Amino acid sequence: MTLTVVGLSHHVAPVELRERVTLAPAAAADLARALGDAVCLSTCNRTELYLSDVEEADAVVALEELAGKPLDGVLYRLHEDAAALHLFRVAAGLDSLVPGEGEILGQVRDAYESVTPGPVLDRVFRQALGVGKRVRTETAIGESPASVSAAAAALAAQVFGDLRGRRVLLVGAGRIGELAASNLASRGAEIAYVANRTGEAGSALAHRFGGEAVPLAEIASRLGNVDVVVSSTSAPEPVLRAADVPARRRAPLFLIDIAVPRDIDPAVGDLPGCFLYDIDDLEAVVAETLAGRRAEAQRAEQLVAEEAERFRSWRASLDVVPAIASLRARAEEIRAAELAKVRVSDDERRTLESVTAQILNKLLHLPTVRMKEAAVTADGVAYADAVRHLFGLDDEGG
Amino acid sequence: MVEALFWPALLAYGEAAVAYASPRTARAATWGVRLGWLAQSALLAVQAARADGFPWSSWAGSLNLFVWLVVSAYLIWGCRPRFRLLGLAVMPLAVVLFVVARLGGGTHGGSGAAYGSAFLVLHVGLVLAAFAGFTLAAALAGVYLWQERRLKSRAPDILRLRLPPLQSLERLTWRTVLVSLPLLTLGLLVGVLRLRRDHAGIDALEAATLVTWLVYGGFVALRPTGRRAAYLALGGFALVVLARLVLSAGHFT
Repeated sequence: MTLTVVGLSHHVAPVELRERVTLAPAAAADLARALGDAVCLSTCNRTELYLSDVEEADAVVALEELAGKPLDGVLYRLHEDAAALHLFRVAAGLDSLVPGEGEILGQVRDAYESVTPGPVLDRVFRQALGVGKRVRTETAIGESPASVSAAAAALAAQVFGDLRGRRVLLVGAGRIGELAASNLASRGAEIAYVANRTGEAGSALAHRFGGEAVPLAEIASRLGNVDVVVSSTSAPEPVLRAADVPARRRAPLFLIDIAVPRDIDPAVGDLPGCFLYDIDDLEAVVAETLAGRRAEAQRAEQLVAEEAERFRSWRASLDVVPAIASLRARAEEIRAAELAKVRVSDDERRTLESVTAQILNKLLHLPTVRMKEAAVTADGVAYADAVRHLFGLDDEGG
Repeated sequence: MVEALFWPALLAYGEAAVAYASPRTARAATWGVRLGWLAQSALLAVQAARADGFPWSSWAGSLNLFVWLVVSAYLIWGCRPRFRLLGLAVMPLAVVLFVVARLGGGTHGGSGAAYGSAFLVLHVGLVLAAFAGFTLAAALAGVYLWQERRLKSRAPDILRLRLPPLQSLERLTWRTVLVSLPLLTLGLLVGVLRLRRDHAGIDALEAATLVTWLVYGGFVALRPTGRRAAYLALGGFALVVLARLVLSAGHFT
């Protein structure tokens, strides 16, 4: 039973090529089934075919048909332990564009569950899902945000803890501001107001988040009712000055200024209870967390290597399992044949059955253990051949 | 027996104080707190069994009990991974005070009991429990000020070295004081009853404890927020330190 992976990813293929071979989940499952014992993992950053006992050339042809051109120099092909190690790194997020991103683990699970793989693919994918989970729980690789908008939401959580019920004022209907608002909303915050220069864009965004659209001139009057302000207008002058901010008595005010030039007067950050982050601050935080992710990635690589070693041992044990099974079957056959020759009472037969079975188990226990131990070394196949030869298992067709 | 329990407790607390510094060893640190607390609990039990009455009558003995109460209070929060860095504030303090208690003879076995009266046992127990709570509240306030400063200065590593959220720290400080103040109130009432019975005047420790009660009473009545609350909690703790380490020697004679 072989294991091969053929594919391309963001490491070697530009987006123009990747988008041609990217498949929807149903189409990816169909392709895998058409190839035989295969799993197709297709995301925006990679399309990979994992194969067991399937001709590698068939997978290459399938991918080249999707791409509409030869893929020489772009496709990578990995075999056996290297293929397993690659899948483990993918599932752990170590091969991703942003190290440690968590979405890939769900995509690996979906690809695996969309088909009915054979024993090798079943084992390697189940182990890959375990590796991904282990890396996520035993390292901090996935804990830090990887984008400015996610960092803004994570910082708000550093002030308020749980963001459920926290009210947000979104100033401007720009794309980054919208992303930051989405991140805050995904953590439970309520987008209470959207203030924008043009009413239409503001109303559409307010409608989307279930908030209220307000004119830019009303920002100051709403500050007393919100906990977080996200500002991303293209205004040349600040839209919020320190004098506009009411004194915060009981709860802090967290302000995120993603605009360039800045929307919020830097003096607001000096007010008691006010915390102001501009785009440079957020980018510095993201750069720092990415450095942290890289440090955690080294620990994750160690975990992946451990799991790859476990897989190698399992694969090696497959070489000796048939020999062990044949040896036990042969011994059992002899035992049954010899017992059949003995004429004894039923009680005596039961005793004999029990005693001979125990003798057999004790005799075969150590050779079985030794063969399994040898299986993880280079001697495994030699041991299996020796057992077959010594006990005439090949002659018996075992 | 007491010797055999002191060193494991100190070792475990020391391990926790150091191990809390890294997220990778935070779990080992929490186990250090748990094991150290168990060893110290056993130590206190042995002391109680050997003494005739209340065995923590000296200032050092009461300090030993105080450390145990602080760690007990911390264990309520300390098992949370998010509050790892609170351990970094509490456990070194616990180690230092535990060593001071030992140097003063407070962890030795078989000491004589100055307190035979249940009144006094109640008085000392309640006041020490309240002081332990105030110590934890001060640690929370200290972490609050640290986190607030990092947020204000927009420290780039703020998401790498994560402290508990600002508002959680403020809320926990408030709750801890809210639980501790009634204990101090009851402890003081018991002490006042004893003073009236003995027709005795108040000493410096009792005066400092009364001022401490007023500070924390003000804290609960006014319910300050933000930096003001943190500074007040730390100010109250300064009085606790004064009472525990400076003035208690005379009070226990």
